[in-house]
Amino acid sequence: MARAVTNRRKLVFTLVAWTLALLIFFPILWTVLTSFKSEADAIASPPKFLFFDWTLENYTTVQERSDYARHFWNSVVISLGSTFLGLLIATPAAWSMAFVPGKRTRDLLMWMLSTKMMPAVGVLVPIYLICRDLGLLDSRTALVVILTLINLPIIVWMLYSYFKEIPGEILEAARMDGASLRSEILYVLAPMAVPGIASTLLLNIILAWNEAFWTLALTAAKAAPLTAFIASYSSPEGLFYAKLSAASTMAIAPILVMGWFSQKQLVRGLTFGAVK
Amino acid sequence: MTVSIRALLGATAVCALTAAASAETVTIATVNNGDMIRMQALTDDFKAKHPGIDLEWVTLEENVLRERVTTDIATGGGQYDVLTIGTYEVPIWGAAGWLVALDDLPADYDADDLLPAIRNGLTVDGKLLAAPFYGESSMVMYRKDLMEKAGLTMPDAPTWDFIKQAAAAMTDKAGEVYGVCLRGKAGWGENMAFLTAMSNSYGARWFDEAWKPQFDSEAWKKTLTDYLELMNAYGPPGASSNGFNENLALFQQGKCGMWIDATVAASFVTNPKDSTVADKVGFALAPDNGLGKRGNWLWAWSLAIPSSSDAPDAAKAFVAWATSKDYLALVAEKEGWANVPPGTRTSLYENPEYAKVPFAKMTLDSINAADPIKPTVDPVPYVGVQFVAIPEFQGIGTQVGQIFSAALAGQMSAEEALSQAQALTTREMQAAGYVQ
Repeated sequence: MARAVTNRRKLVFTLVAWTLALLIFFPILWTVLTSFKSEADAIASPPKFLFFDWTLENYTTVQERSDYARHFWNSVVISLGSTFLGLLIATPAAWSMAFVPGKRTRDLLMWMLSTKMMPAVGVLVPIYLICRDLGLLDSRTALVVILTLINLPIIVWMLYSYFKEIPGEILEAARMDGASLRSEILYVLAPMAVPGIASTLLLNIILAWNEAFWTLALTAAKAAPLTAFIASYSSPEGLFYAKLSAASTMAIAPILVMGWFSQKQLVRGLTFGAVK
Repeated sequence: MTVSIRALLGATAVCALTAAASAETVTIATVNNGDMIRMQALTDDFKAKHPGIDLEWVTLEENVLRERVTTDIATGGGQYDVLTIGTYEVPIWGAAGWLVALDDLPADYDADDLLPAIRNGLTVDGKLLAAPFYGESSMVMYRKDLMEKAGLTMPDAPTWDFIKQAAAAMTDKAGEVYGVCLRGKAGWGENMAFLTAMSNSYGARWFDEAWKPQFDSEAWKKTLTDYLELMNAYGPPGASSNGFNENLALFQQGKCGMWIDATVAASFVTNPKDSTVADKVGFALAPDNGLGKRGNWLWAWSLAIPSSSDAPDAAKAFVAWATSKDYLALVAEKEGWANVPPGTRTSLYENPEYAKVPFAKMTLDSINAADPIKPTVDPVPYVGVQFVAIPEFQGIGTQVGQIFSAALAGQMSAEEALSQAQALTTREMQAAGYVQ
């Protein structure tokens, strides 16, 4: 009897999980499908789901009109650059906060998080002026620095909570066995921290890849990443939904593939420490 | 030895100079509209004529572009050499001294050939500050077959009463055909563009000569009541979220009897590739009420050079090329007359080839029927047909648009909407210092 209930429960949970997953995935699926339609099919009502004339025309047009490779490369440089720079600054900071906390560590962490509460547009003009004066408008350097600063609180917080999970007793035991500081960090701490660092890294690449306020506001032609590539296909006076979908699919494909392959790491990292 | 070193240095200097000269880059910020995309594809012609100038394109969605370009120009960022802006920005930015005057264009440019209505909208203190790339007005697009079925004939210059009568006769809600499709989506460039233009033909205005808001006037009440009645009785469901694109999709699928919107839509709805009603579309002037003003707007996407540009001469060469008579001829040769950017030059409308395009005459007549300097029946202190060319208008227009959109969605009555609009506009205008 108890077993039957569990099975039925399992079935219900599975169904709910699938429905939710499909619901969340549907917009992406619809974008991908639309990218293979003609503009007329894209706006057809009732909407056409799978039975339409599949075409690659939108991809050809997008390819002809824009330099995908350049936008892609800018996105790669900006997201990887800002993530690595962020990790470089945040790892030592989180490390010291987790293992050698001071009186003000908690306040400091809260204060860092509070910077995320300000709307970005509030500092648009000052940052724009700083970039102008430093000659950094439309440069990847400016975006790497700004995205690093924006994501830094999240990186520090994530790393801090992962490091907190590592029991100090293990380090003590290592010391008892005569491990030097170097081997303590290298052979005891590092292996335990790797999943946390990896998932922080992945999440930040995704955040930086999708960032669409600063990347649009501070670039023009040279440093424009894929967010600008998508924005160039949106139009209030003209139905270019199929082309817009093709551009969007091309822009999200790399990060989607990366997310797919690293989902184990991502999920593990994100739930790390959630269940005690 | 010394000689050869000198020669080498000299040669290097020459190379460096040539490199600097050939590397003059003009960065153009533009929108993703059909005519602009065509222009990008035709730039080889410009490069052949000006081998020393490289072009970089930044294409953005209209509202993103406006934000982006405004930030750059207000802070003197100097990222762009050519801006694509409209008739709303030119008077404001021109007065702020942000734009380079275009009064020294080459003689063969023939600035006198520009349509007077368009040219006036782009001139500040007697100086042309932007060159029109394409002009648009609004007009009635209607289904000839449905009109015939309803036993009516659309006059070239209909009245609002006729529009009401035709909408009633054409509506077949069971067959998903709606008599009239109008903009309902909130925004100063969305529903307020339409409603402001409509209100002009009802004798309404945004402000009186002392900048006092006029939403408490009888003319506005009549405008909004008629609009709501038309849309509630004969409009498509969910109209409060319909903008240009949504109505275009409905019209192309044969679900609208009439659609009053931008003249640029004519080339979309008559294109058999995208439109199911391509061969059944007729055109008429925007309606009036016999008061001397029609309900059509005027907009010109124009090319301007910001004063922060570091290559103003190269930028001027580009602007002159893109808005010249030769450019129109080039598009006609490569893409056909129907795709020529409309509404900028008198000579285009005198061309017998262009006269064969079905919507050519109606577009010109619509543009000529709008006057940005005297947009309303009663005098007003502002420039602009479907907008008020003051910096505060974007914010006020969008908020009033939200109120009217809510009224269309049935959340409040016309009276409530108007009194809210009046209160809001009065408050904003007081805060901005226009009225006490």
